[in-house]
Amino acid sequence: MTRSVAITGIGIVTALARGVEENWAALTAGRSGIRRIARFSTEGLKVTFGGAVDHMGLDQLPVTGRCLAMGRAVAEEALTQAGLAGSAFDGPLVLGLPPIELEWPQRRDLARRAAQPDYAGILAVADAGPESAAHLDFLFGTVGERLAAAFGTAGPPITLSTACATGASAIQTAVEAIRRGDCDRVLVIGSEGSLQVEALIRFGLLQALSTHNEDPAGAVRPFALDRDGFVMAEGAAALVLERPDAAAARGARTLAYVRGCGEAADTFHRTRSNPDGSAIVRAMADAIADAGLAPDAIDYVNAHGTGTPENDKMECLAIQRVFGERAARLPVSSNKSMIGHTLSAAGAIEAAFSVLTMERRLLPPTINYHHPDPAIPLDVVPNVARPAAVRTVLSNSFGFGGQNVSLVLGLDPA
Amino acid sequence: MSPGGEREVWITGVGLVTALGEGRAAHRAALADPAALAAARDGETFRPFLVHPVRALALDRFMPRRADQRTTGPWMHYGIHAAGLALEEAGVLGDAALLTRTHVLAAAAGGERDTALDEEILAGIVAGEDPDRRLNARLTEGLRPTAFLAQLSNMFAGNLSIVLGAAGSSRTFMGEEAAGVEALRVGWRRAAAGQGELFLVAASYNASRPDMLLLHQTGGRLLQGPWRDLWSRPAGGICLGSMGAALVLESADHARARGARPVARLASITHGWSDRRPGAAAAAARWPLADDRPAFVVSGASGAGPVTAEEKEYLAARGPAIAVRGTAAAIGHGVEASFPANVALAAWCAEGRAGFPPLSDDPIEAPAAGPLDRVVVTGWGPRRGEGMAVLEPVPEAAR
Repeated sequence: MTRSVAITGIGIVTALARGVEENWAALTAGRSGIRRIARFSTEGLKVTFGGAVDHMGLDQLPVTGRCLAMGRAVAEEALTQAGLAGSAFDGPLVLGLPPIELEWPQRRDLARRAAQPDYAGILAVADAGPESAAHLDFLFGTVGERLAAAFGTAGPPITLSTACATGASAIQTAVEAIRRGDCDRVLVIGSEGSLQVEALIRFGLLQALSTHNEDPAGAVRPFALDRDGFVMAEGAAALVLERPDAAAARGARTLAYVRGCGEAADTFHRTRSNPDGSAIVRAMADAIADAGLAPDAIDYVNAHGTGTPENDKMECLAIQRVFGERAARLPVSSNKSMIGHTLSAAGAIEAAFSVLTMERRLLPPTINYHHPDPAIPLDVVPNVARPAAVRTVLSNSFGFGGQNVSLVLGLDPA
Repeated sequence: MSPGGEREVWITGVGLVTALGEGRAAHRAALADPAALAAARDGETFRPFLVHPVRALALDRFMPRRADQRTTGPWMHYGIHAAGLALEEAGVLGDAALLTRTHVLAAAAGGERDTALDEEILAGIVAGEDPDRRLNARLTEGLRPTAFLAQLSNMFAGNLSIVLGAAGSSRTFMGEEAAGVEALRVGWRRAAAGQGELFLVAASYNASRPDMLLLHQTGGRLLQGPWRDLWSRPAGGICLGSMGAALVLESADHARARGARPVARLASITHGWSDRRPGAAAAAARWPLADDRPAFVVSGASGAGPVTAEEKEYLAARGPAIAVRGTAAAIGHGVEASFPANVALAAWCAEGRAGFPPLSDDPIEAPAAGPLDRVVVTGWGPRRGEGMAVLEPVPEAAR
């Protein structure tokens, strides 16, 4: 039996649009979804733009509400494509989500009701009951609980958070469960709705964000000489993963396969990769080996490509170490140049875009690439989409805390 | 329900830090000493709420670098210390070749906020300052850049890699009690199926945080003093407890080949997701033992009235051969860390083939008949998610 796992449905929401077709059209037209933030006041902030999903009426919701709504939308789309909509899903839910916290509007309301505006005062007036939104909207388990109920998934939902690798970790965790025979299919959802004021400020304080406030659409410049950081963004993707024979038995069309997964933790630093790139090299090489392939079989790299000076340099180094002299000719592009960094959803969204890249034979570009960095001699598919027959893709996701996951996706099961 | 493991899985290292201290001997002594149990509770700091705090830890033992200590808070300290203890016992600590392929599965809540800054901002807003401007300015000026790194949920696992060197895969599970069950269950399944040989399952919880108390008290979940017996508390019946728990899981073959000694065999983990109408959790639970010989039960009952009562009734119906201990009476409820911490206690019971004295006068906590040959761990979340594990001693001949 093949170790590959079939993908039979995908769903996508990003700042560009809701829906697979709408997203693919925008992405391959080289459109940017990055714009000024209208959701909250950005007065006095270092960064005033992002890739908010502001087209679904979710702006007044807490992070959990946005993650839930986007998660539902993409799961419905993926299940419909897979031919599994409308009945209970016969398998578990693996969910990738950002950390959840009580937010400022709620803290502020509590403080106004309290005898004194400190935690002791707030605690004295906090009890709104175990079924209240004030409680459930800020429990970590709530999004999983509601998505599991909405789609009738089996058993406890698994919710993962591995920083910017979360979506890929969710796919990998599902692939492992199918491979070891624990289940025939898994619904994987990565959903990110964290664009709220404190999160934006925190990433800004880490000097990780682009500050091109004057030109939001041109701000994310992966692999370019003038890149200055990533752009916080929201979005979600769902993938229906199935054992290939189980998918075939029910007559489902397989879009592509997850062929291999590689993961390596970096022990070097909390926000930086080891300067020798060893952990991300190991993640990429392990994914290719897990797929039973040699590096030569990879036709295209869907890069992590955040647009930070550090990531893009390290990712280039690792690509050179894995692919040798072929690195200069291998197309490598960054979806994030258009959708921004969707953080906990990025691995899932970019895996879904990788499926489309193979299916539609079209490489999405890296936009905002006007000043090549001589230290990064890669073919980044600059600015314009390019037709190409791609059968196998390597998709990278690297995160704070040394979380590194690479996936190999392919049109062929083996 | 998970299928059974194809390969035998052993626990070869256990680390536990709670209000009762750290390690086997401290826990065994305190669990038998009512005065020590009473002294481990703190009803003053967050009055009227009670917590079970962790006292000072010798952080330098596993985290000697000051830079590491500064970029982590107590929440991470408890779990990193517990992981250090577990890796040390398993003979993995400091062994770069083993650590490179040690897979981390962490169960995590949110990390530590700067609560003093929160209070300062709220005071300004209540005093009538422009709320948006105040918030943006004060957060920008007041947040320490590195505080974010103590706050991101996955940075606990990240620090297990950075501080202790575990560098295989790294997965952080979230979602209250079920996160602790799933972290351990997925690690056990991967070990059983040969998807890796060495797994570090770790969880941590810091109860001495007003922001954590607030998360649970928005739902009215916390017990307001005075102290009450675990098995007869109201719906708001949880006393949170700080804890760090870590378990090294390993296939028996791998452990034998490198001469590692088992603490216990992890025989099974089952999980459930009932809808929690009254009686639903008990109806969904599948008792993991096939016969009615004596068993010791380490219960993770949280103290939240209705579901704690339902679990008590369910366990009482198993008959007189089981002896139950509700450990939240001793160490508090550790949410994500609760299940791993109780598995740690159960592993020690299986290892010594002996339980510990009742923690309550409730009839459910009968004296244990010994010697034990299996220990059951329960973890029913106050809102969602049920888990049960079975631990067994490893006979000398099987080592």
